[in-house]
Amino acid sequence: MSAFVTQFTHGLYVTILVATVSGALGTILGLFTAIIKLSQLRLPALIAQGYTTIVRGLPELLVILVIYFGGTAVITAISGRYIEINPLGAGIAALTVVFGAYCAEIFRGAINSISPGQWEAASSLGLSPWQAWLLVILPQMIRVALPAFGNLCVSLVKDTSLISVVGLTDIMRVAFVGAGSMRAPLTFYLAASALYLALTSLSLASFRLLERRFLVPGNEKG
Amino acid sequence: MNKSMFTASLLVLALSQINAHASDKAVRIATEGASPPWDAIDANGQLVGYDIDVGNELCRRMKVECTFVAQDWDGIIPALTVGKFDAIMSGMAITEKRKKSIAFSQPYGGGFNQLVMRKDLDLPATDTKAKINLTSVGKDQQVILDQVRATVAKKTLGVLRSSNSEAVLNELFGRVATIRSYDTQENLHLDLVAGRIDGGLADYFTWKTFLDSKDGDVAAFYGPELSGGLWGPGVGIGIRKEDADLVSAFNEAIAGSTKDGTLRELSVKWFGIDISPPPAE
Amino acid sequence: MRLDVIFESIGTLVDGVLLTFVLTILSLVIGLVVSVPLAFLRVSRNIFLSALVLTYTYVFRGTPLLVQLFLIYYGLGQLELVRQSLFWPLLREPFWCALLAFSLNSAAYTTEVFRGGIQSVPSGVVEAARALGLSRTMQMRLVIFPLAFRIVLPSYANEVIGMLKASSLASTVTLLEITGLARRMVSDTFAPFEVFLAAGLFYLLLTFAISKLFQALEAHLTLATLADKPQHPHGRARPAQWQFAGPRRLARNDASSEPPHTHDQRDHPIQPEKMGNHT
Repeated sequence: MSAFVTQFTHGLYVTILVATVSGALGTILGLFTAIIKLSQLRLPALIAQGYTTIVRGLPELLVILVIYFGGTAVITAISGRYIEINPLGAGIAALTVVFGAYCAEIFRGAINSISPGQWEAASSLGLSPWQAWLLVILPQMIRVALPAFGNLCVSLVKDTSLISVVGLTDIMRVAFVGAGSMRAPLTFYLAASALYLALTSLSLASFRLLERRFLVPGNEKG
Repeated sequence: MNKSMFTASLLVLALSQINAHASDKAVRIATEGASPPWDAIDANGQLVGYDIDVGNELCRRMKVECTFVAQDWDGIIPALTVGKFDAIMSGMAITEKRKKSIAFSQPYGGGFNQLVMRKDLDLPATDTKAKINLTSVGKDQQVILDQVRATVAKKTLGVLRSSNSEAVLNELFGRVATIRSYDTQENLHLDLVAGRIDGGLADYFTWKTFLDSKDGDVAAFYGPELSGGLWGPGVGIGIRKEDADLVSAFNEAIAGSTKDGTLRELSVKWFGIDISPPPAE
Repeated sequence: MRLDVIFESIGTLVDGVLLTFVLTILSLVIGLVVSVPLAFLRVSRNIFLSALVLTYTYVFRGTPLLVQLFLIYYGLGQLELVRQSLFWPLLREPFWCALLAFSLNSAAYTTEVFRGGIQSVPSGVVEAARALGLSRTMQMRLVIFPLAFRIVLPSYANEVIGMLKASSLASTVTLLEITGLARRMVSDTFAPFEVFLAAGLFYLLLTFAISKLFQALEAHLTLATLADKPQHPHGRARPAQWQFAGPRRLARNDASSEPPHTHDQRDHPIQPEKMGNHT
């Protein structure tokens, strides 16, 4: 049994690793997608729209299965030789694509909520469009996007459990293997639930702290 | 291909490059790790079993470094063809259907399959030592099969998804019984113990390990020992068709270890009997 | 890419649509029925009851549905007590286990959705109902719930789509709905990409249909309430556009014209705080 404690520790590590890396990459992907969707570039905006609509309309499990099985085939076809994707890479890529699509919608809504006057003010100060984005819009957007973004991160933690279906040794996988080989599903799945609940609680609490930190004085919600 | 997919591919590409160099010489062998005594994960999280011992023995003879990776049975063949690993040793029978997608080595093990049914069903007794080769079913054997088919009618039978047993079960009893496919044999065992399914079809030795365990008491072997047919000539190593060199290297090593009795030794160690292939003439 | 496999898959996967549909609809109905009283308990002044409901929703929204499903399917099946019980004939079947797990999960999410809605019903309306002499139950039934339902309609649409997508997890307990059939086909054809692509088409079609349905429902309800509420329901006018965005997005900038699955409710354990703005 103690061997499974070690395995659960490793599984916890994998879950956290996958969640943080795909969360970080997905945020970048989501931000770019949101900016493209709001841009005047018609074709890229259309493609970005297609990406978010399709990914958000599919079960996460299916997205993961497609990327896991199809991704390697696609990359192999493009590069013309076999390229190995380890399960970790496939898992991170799949969750990044999912996370990025939901992120893009949150960011787009947040950017839209910023008054156009801000943009005009930035340009009248002589800032270039990119400077305006970085210095004026993004800092304000973060505050608006934070609550929804926090919720999205919590669900990302939960979505990592789907990666176990394609063989990555995360918390869920350890529980799955243990439940089968020790024939004690109740114990193992309860242990997994406790770990996930701890992780989601932790991320929820840290986002609450962040929100308080980003709150502008005098702008609290009644 | 949109930007995000492109970014994702770039990321995957970057991740894959890290591994591409480290594993130039090594052969990566995938195994399910959930079908003892062929392959299993022990309490320390290590892969163990006949597949693993034979694999290490063959690699020693081939003078290559081998690493075993655990991989779900579901999708193990597509994962091989796209290059996630180089070989499959997972108690996998050589079949015509699989040969369309991948190449096989010579068999490194034989074995047979059998039905297992719950004891509390009180089914009429059968001769569990009778042997039926599905490739050539005689008249008497057809009678036995028909009897079994009559007793499993309206029952629920479990089987491992994507396995030959699944295909055989569907072919033999699919019309009369409800068939449920599981992602692992161990989950099938859980449901057999719980009474969600009345029985199942799998490799004899996989059953044996389970039936000998504490929970295995609820069920017993039923009907004749089955082999041949869709199960093919035996268990072999699955390899990509392009890797003809690897196939012949494995074949040479299998022939060598059959000849000097190493495979027989390993077989007795894991199965209690000799299921190693007969030495080539 | 093998087109023939895609077409063949579509033909086979049609058989799974019914099960996907039944699982989704039944879970949603059960979830809805359970969640409405729970939501009222959740906002009640009884701290004990409120905390009890919060514990339920917190745990079910804080753990993966996959774990919940396995706990119910494999975990409960392990207990002798459960196997001897009255419920075993039902829990024996993967269908009922999946339905139980999905309903409990959906109820937890829907409870929080309605809690947000109930809390955002303007207190003046409630006071007016009380002044009319309506009992507490009648206030809830005739005034608070209909208003709350209208407010949370977009969030509820997300829950419906979320549930449809979550039903794919039933494939992990041997059920042959769309994803289950697809996974079985993969082992027959060894062509995962094509088969999953075909499965994806089905889900896209279904999510599209659901979001259109809810958009129509929302438009219908908005029209019905427009007479006494001419200004925009969200009150505050949104910025028309931004320069960089260009004029073509002019009409679409308002958050309320978003398709319902903008924020997938399953992905949002906690309601966005802005729901409280109305009070």
